Amino acid sequence: MLPNEPSGSSWRANLIGLQTIVIKEVTRLLRIWPQTILPPVITTTLYFIIFGKVIGSRVGTMGGVPYMQFIVPGLVMMSVINNSYSNVVSSFFSSKFQRNVEELLVSPLPNSIILLGYMSGGIARALLVGCLVLLVSMLFMQTTTLYSIPITLAVAFLTAALFSIGGFLNAMLARKFDDIAIIPTFVLTPLTYLGGVFYSITLLPEPWQTISRCNPIVYMVSAFRYGILKHQLSSDMIDIEIGLAFAAIGLFIVGLFGLALWMLKQGIGLRT
Amino acid sequence: MMPTTNPALEIRNLSKTYRDGTVALQGIDLEVPPGEFFGLLGPNGAGKSTTIGIVTSLVTKSAGAVRAFGIDLDHDPAGMKRQIGLVPQEFNFNQFEQVQQIVMQQAGYYGMPRGPAREQTEKYLRKMGLWEKRQTGARMLSGGMKRRLMIARALVHEPQLLILDEPTAGVDIELRRATWSLLEEINDQGTTVILTTHYLEEAEALCRHIAIIDHGRIVENTDKKSLLAKLNVETFVLDLETAAPEALLVDGYAHRLVDPLTLEIDVPKERSLNEVFAILSRQHVNVLSLRNKANRLEELFVNLVEKKGQNADAAE
Repeated sequence: MLPNEPSGSSWRANLIGLQTIVIKEVTRLLRIWPQTILPPVITTTLYFIIFGKVIGSRVGTMGGVPYMQFIVPGLVMMSVINNSYSNVVSSFFSSKFQRNVEELLVSPLPNSIILLGYMSGGIARALLVGCLVLLVSMLFMQTTTLYSIPITLAVAFLTAALFSIGGFLNAMLARKFDDIAIIPTFVLTPLTYLGGVFYSITLLPEPWQTISRCNPIVYMVSAFRYGILKHQLSSDMIDIEIGLAFAAIGLFIVGLFGLALWMLKQGIGLRT
Repeated sequence: MMPTTNPALEIRNLSKTYRDGTVALQGIDLEVPPGEFFGLLGPNGAGKSTTIGIVTSLVTKSAGAVRAFGIDLDHDPAGMKRQIGLVPQEFNFNQFEQVQQIVMQQAGYYGMPRGPAREQTEKYLRKMGLWEKRQTGARMLSGGMKRRLMIARALVHEPQLLILDEPTAGVDIELRRATWSLLEEINDQGTTVILTTHYLEEAEALCRHIAIIDHGRIVENTDKKSLLAKLNVETFVLDLETAAPEALLVDGYAHRLVDPLTLEIDVPKERSLNEVFAILSRQHVNVLSLRNKANRLEELFVNLVEKKGQNADAAE
């Protein structure tokens, strides 16, 4: 076998390529842990202290659970969203900026593997930070039991996957470092804060309730809250029916994944 | 290497127009036989890097066909990419990663399992004299070492075709010579090498076949000997023992006194230098030493590019 021939079948070669990108991405996020892991944990702990303990004690209960407990799923989801997005957008844009993305573009790896590789870095960071934030939240919550670990994990995983693709698209289109901050600042943050992290959208008057249902983050926060608090929360505080939430997240993933593959094929932002 | 009868690189009617309307390539044809040491020369903006970019999938073509060892870029891009190793002009590795990591990752992108990838990485890092630096961050390497790192990275999957875009740009003479012997060694082992360079001395020393590209067209494509045979006049610089008389006459030869002790003289190919010495001797002018004024290929290159430029101007 020649070294320049793929070892075994091409799917095996692609799998090795994917493994290589995953190791590179995970090594990167662990190497710079003071930038990638620590800050989101500290920020979310502050949210728990301020909104949960200080303000939450005055709010009382929401849907039958203490306010502190109500906001935990939303805050964990906020970490998952921000970290999956920012990991991929900064890593892929840095690769573009330093031009080492060319290492991948000249290689025989298919576009789908490149995309999956970067997504895996975003998912790894989001789940790691999400778990740490959840652990910290246990210190503030009165209960440590989750309603459904599989649902909780599935929602976190799919949300991280979705926002990893979002970060990838942003990095493809970005031309300078300022461009990678625009979407998180002007789109993600408002959508997250208005996505039912701190309240249930059922508390909103119309038309704001209907408008909120157009916000994709509402579906993720609601599904995650379902996975964690369903057994304690009154049913009117679950904003979106769980099946619908999964379907919406799935559709968003398929749509954005397809868009990212198309953009990679066209070479948008990568090839001249 | 597996013997093959297909050209190492075959380019047919390749065109590229960038989004801003810049026409970089105007339907070029090139064929590089396997095992060749091929030079692609041209002034800045001539289309060299665009050609290399299309062959290595970094630039999308507007029209035309590209094949490496018979594998078509449009039909089997992954298959074609496996045949090629690229050493770009600018450093394009992650400056924050270690030397060994960079090369091993590239092997992984080509589907090489970790065991063989580690062996190949060691083989090429040793060959490039970088093994001792394997755990050093790439940003800590000197310019020459960074360039060798890029060569090791390009070779780790043992491509049959190695493409180098200005591999010695900005490096000192010693390193340039070391890179040349390395490339000769790689070529001797059967790898086809395509080189773009500004240093015509480099092309003359290394390449057996040379194509010159200008304004997106191939203006010359032939073996080096035939190309140099087209050079009709060579200019020599003569260092004189004593100051030459102001009325110095060297009949039949264009000449000029650079200073009283330095004479530049154009010698047509069909005439002998002995005649020049005889003429000078009759005027009591002794020559201490002589040298070529410029690299021969450089003169030819300038003539070709200028001539084509004038033709293009005339056509407009």
